[in-house]
Amino acid sequence: MLRYLARKLFVYILTFIVAVTIDWAIPRFMPGNPVDALVSRIALMPDANAALTSYFMAAFNLDQPLWQQYLNFWSALFHGDLGRSIMLFPTPVTTLIGRAVPYTLGLLLPSILLSWYVGNVVGALAARRKLLDNSVLPLGYLLTATPYMWLGILLAWVLGSTLGWFPLAFGYDQSLKVEWSWQFFGSLLYHWVLPFASLFMVALGGWAIGMRNMIIYELESDYANYLMALGAPQRLVRKYAFRNAMLPQITGLALQLGAVVGGALVTEIVFSYPGLGWLVLSGIQNQDYFVIQGVFLFIIVGVLLANLIVDIVYVIVDPRTRVGLQGDAA
Amino acid sequence: MLAVSDLKIHYRTLAGSVKALDGVSFSVADGEIMGLAGESGCGKSTLGKALIRLEERMQYVGGEVTLDGTTLPIADDWAMNPYRFRKVSIVPQYAMSALNPTRRIGRMIDELLAARGLKGSTLRPELERRLAVLGLTPDVLGMYPIELSGGMKQRVVMVLSTLLDPSLLIADEVTSALDVASQKKVAGALVEFRDRGYVKSMIVVTHDLAILAQIADSIMIMYAGKLAEKAPTRTIVEAPAHPYTRLLLGSLPEVGIRFEDKRLPGIKGRPPSLLSPPVGCRFRDRCPLAFSKCVEEPPFIEIAAGHQVACWKADAHAQG
Repeated sequence: MLRYLARKLFVYILTFIVAVTIDWAIPRFMPGNPVDALVSRIALMPDANAALTSYFMAAFNLDQPLWQQYLNFWSALFHGDLGRSIMLFPTPVTTLIGRAVPYTLGLLLPSILLSWYVGNVVGALAARRKLLDNSVLPLGYLLTATPYMWLGILLAWVLGSTLGWFPLAFGYDQSLKVEWSWQFFGSLLYHWVLPFASLFMVALGGWAIGMRNMIIYELESDYANYLMALGAPQRLVRKYAFRNAMLPQITGLALQLGAVVGGALVTEIVFSYPGLGWLVLSGIQNQDYFVIQGVFLFIIVGVLLANLIVDIVYVIVDPRTRVGLQGDAA
Repeated sequence: MLAVSDLKIHYRTLAGSVKALDGVSFSVADGEIMGLAGESGCGKSTLGKALIRLEERMQYVGGEVTLDGTTLPIADDWAMNPYRFRKVSIVPQYAMSALNPTRRIGRMIDELLAARGLKGSTLRPELERRLAVLGLTPDVLGMYPIELSGGMKQRVVMVLSTLLDPSLLIADEVTSALDVASQKKVAGALVEFRDRGYVKSMIVVTHDLAILAQIADSIMIMYAGKLAEKAPTRTIVEAPAHPYTRLLLGSLPEVGIRFEDKRLPGIKGRPPSLLSPPVGCRFRDRCPLAFSKCVEEPPFIEIAAGHQVACWKADAHAQG
């Protein structure tokens, strides 16, 4: 068990190093230079520009050779320092991320967990029930094939623009002050509905289809047949089938996490929702190396941690992995 | 005692219905272990399954099954449920994978018993005693199926299937997937269970005539969805009356003979398609004794006490 976790941990650390390296490299492959953009925005006289550019280059350590920048990045990382934003100078990147994270998590966690749970239940109910199956299956395929932002735009158009039921953009009513009040909280919730719904619906279809297929497979398995031959009621057989069909769905959850996070980023952009997706988009538009790095780093760590948790959960729910780790008795 | 009369079970397929069981009548007495043998696709497994639970594509066409004087509602899945496990039980072909892999065995058994309105704790001592009969410790109840060897799983399933002392047990190919040593143990266990009264009578479905010769009181041979012959084991082995039974026995290797330069004879040809079986005797095309009368279907008649055959020439053979 411990050896298994140690091996897993090693793989995760390796993945982390590679991902962080790519994360560091990608903004630097972009054409142009963030300092030029910053200086041109300040728009001083030409000779002052040159002085300002060299000052900022030194301030952000961008005048150093690339390998030195790479090492600086790692050492700063271990000090919890993600640098200062260029576009919103001199706000630290950690502050910007800290401001955006609650919005992204508020979208992600409920949509991932609820879609997974509801999808599994709906899929399990649909399996072997003709009427429900005939509606759930095509709808599920339709939903799961829908791109996140397309569904987002569609929802914004129909429910936001045409019917006017929900607001089109932002995380809360811009005329309100950010404070702990019922009014502000209500506004948050009201703005949350559409982005949440688009994430939830796309993910729901995939889970429902997967579960339906797994349940049918389990109901045809030998243990299910044996139980039915011994007169076990449907309730017991379905209970076992559901539990066993959950196992691949847990793995699927781990695999899907990355895709859902990506989907959330795009959805936030559609709804101008002030989460990480919105932050990273403005970071890219302003060539803000440190914001881009910081946000992606946060996502990398998040996805890796979530996968680790799923790995541990799997060991708990499937005795076969546990036995396999300790050596087989047979 | 089990009595089956004119049982017909068809399989629904896209090409039409396959007449896997086409009018089968026989009986099994209390305390009798009846072997049921035949080649693949002859309907022996279909018969075994039909007596406990019809699969979705199996279609009840006609016939009656009576167990201890009660008619079994085999066509009605729901009405049949009270009889399953309590009156009729099965040790399935797939005993190795018959246990839920994610439940401890003891807990699974308790949950099954609870679902049938019984208490696991009251039956636990009897369960442990019976496991001990087959050489298993109570520890297995705390284990997951993956922690047991194939033979152990098979024995657990045998104990579980017979826990409620069913009147009839169907053992479907229980020895097929085992090595010779385990085969012998399992075969011995079946006899032991009958002798101890855990089950009243038993139908052992197999293609292995050698096992049947050791444990069965009587053997019934099937061919292409119909009965060919039923007789006490001794009679089947020493004086088979149906030409198919003789050829089947002739295909087996004999102890003490080396088959280096002599090929086992086997039976030429293939069994007929059961989508549209031929009229008359179904073995006609492969039978060395076939003659003009075989285009009529031979009745399954008793030619001696407890010896029934469906062959026009059976009488002549039994006498000559």
